[in-house]
Amino acid sequence: MPIASEVPVALGPEARPALWRVARLDYDRVRQRPVILYPEGALFINETARAILELCDGNRSVAEIAQVLGDRYQADVLADVVEFLAGMRDRGLVQVAESGSPPQPGA
Amino acid sequence: MAGLPTTLLAELTYRCPLHCPYCSNPLEMVRAEGEISTEDWKRVLSQARELGVLQLGLSGGEPLVRKDLQVLVAHARREGMYSTLVTSALGLTRQRAERLKAAGLDHVQISFQDVDPVTAERIAGVRSVRQKEEAAAIVRDLGFPLTVNVVLHRANLDRLEAIIAMAARLGADRLELANTQYYGWALRNRAALLPTREQVERARAIAEAAIREYRGRMQIIYVLPDYYETYPKPCYGGWGNVYILVTPDGKALPCHGATQIADLQFVNVRDHDLAWIWEHSPIFNAFRGDAWMKEPCRTCPRKAVDFGGCRCQAFALTGDAANPDPVCTLTPLRRIVDRALEEPPLDGAYVYRWLSEPEGAPAVGEPAG
Repeated sequence: MPIASEVPVALGPEARPALWRVARLDYDRVRQRPVILYPEGALFINETARAILELCDGNRSVAEIAQVLGDRYQADVLADVVEFLAGMRDRGLVQVAESGSPPQPGA
Repeated sequence: MAGLPTTLLAELTYRCPLHCPYCSNPLEMVRAEGEISTEDWKRVLSQARELGVLQLGLSGGEPLVRKDLQVLVAHARREGMYSTLVTSALGLTRQRAERLKAAGLDHVQISFQDVDPVTAERIAGVRSVRQKEEAAAIVRDLGFPLTVNVVLHRANLDRLEAIIAMAARLGADRLELANTQYYGWALRNRAALLPTREQVERARAIAEAAIREYRGRMQIIYVLPDYYETYPKPCYGGWGNVYILVTPDGKALPCHGATQIADLQFVNVRDHDLAWIWEHSPIFNAFRGDAWMKEPCRTCPRKAVDFGGCRCQAFALTGDAANPDPVCTLTPLRRIVDRALEEPPLDGAYVYRWLSEPEGAPAVGEPAG
């Protein structure tokens, strides 16, 4: 597939990720796992992934998300957060605004 | 041993204002009086969620003709399912859409037949384009994620670029470009629907370029024209693996075309719990695993990829659902598909989808090939 030959674009610390607006974060009580639900799909994730995604509101930057989680877990998590979110973006489940200014409320 | 299902397609009714000749519904369809009740559906939705289902497709026919649609949507939301309304959009007024939003509907998929209104309405068999465009705007306005679905065939494939641009203009989050799959009415109309190899190759290049171009703005799903493929498609992740379909009269099926497989024992959600149906019914176990497979599937490494292809297609084209899917070039049965591709085209000679045949319509015959 031509898509595979594309060079992956790095995700900068200033990027402001948000869950794809079509998708919804939920908890599956049958499998007892967090899950991302989207049209014709369900991606089961772990608690760490859920913690990251819950902070992805389109306003916080990747650096800010890593800061919040770093404080919570007392560790430097920036590299892990970047790697996870880049993967989610490449799957189309996370959308990223690269600009420095957050979207205006109500826009 | 059965895993957990993820997806339920609830075909609420066969009633539909459109008459598309590529409909995947069976040729013989129950009328309104044969449909199962609101309570039946609520019970099925609860049982499905208990069994592991997360994705609910509300389909048909046209699901909007069911007056209890928002009751079922609300029930699905309470149970924790992601619900998609699969609709022609005829009957999707602002008031109806607002009620569905309030009930917790997650996502709306609207079918468009073509970008050109004349050919779109020739396929649909009714005037519909303006209503669809208005409904798409309402859906967007209310904040629903929108998927535009277009079934592709000989008469619209050459306008693929314009079709993609139309979906973007409508504000679609997703665009499903589905080459016709030849089941039900589509199989009957195959000679009028099959595109040429040149059309298919050109469309594939356009779709691949568009997938890249619209990445991050509109997700494009391109359902391959399997008659022109080398290997068959994996049918819903394998028979009885992740997918359950319930028909308007309550039959539980592992696949759309399964009503056509004559030697299956059908089970009804009015008589059995969905968990029993999933785990123990003969129909859901008929083609699980690989013990049922014949050669070359049984010893083929691809059996883990495509499970021997579609059982319904194998039955429809060969009369034996345990045969390899004739799309596969590794089986001598492929000659059946090759012969279909060589048949002379029947441009525009559609047999439209009706709940019962209008007077004078040709009798239902065996597909050629």
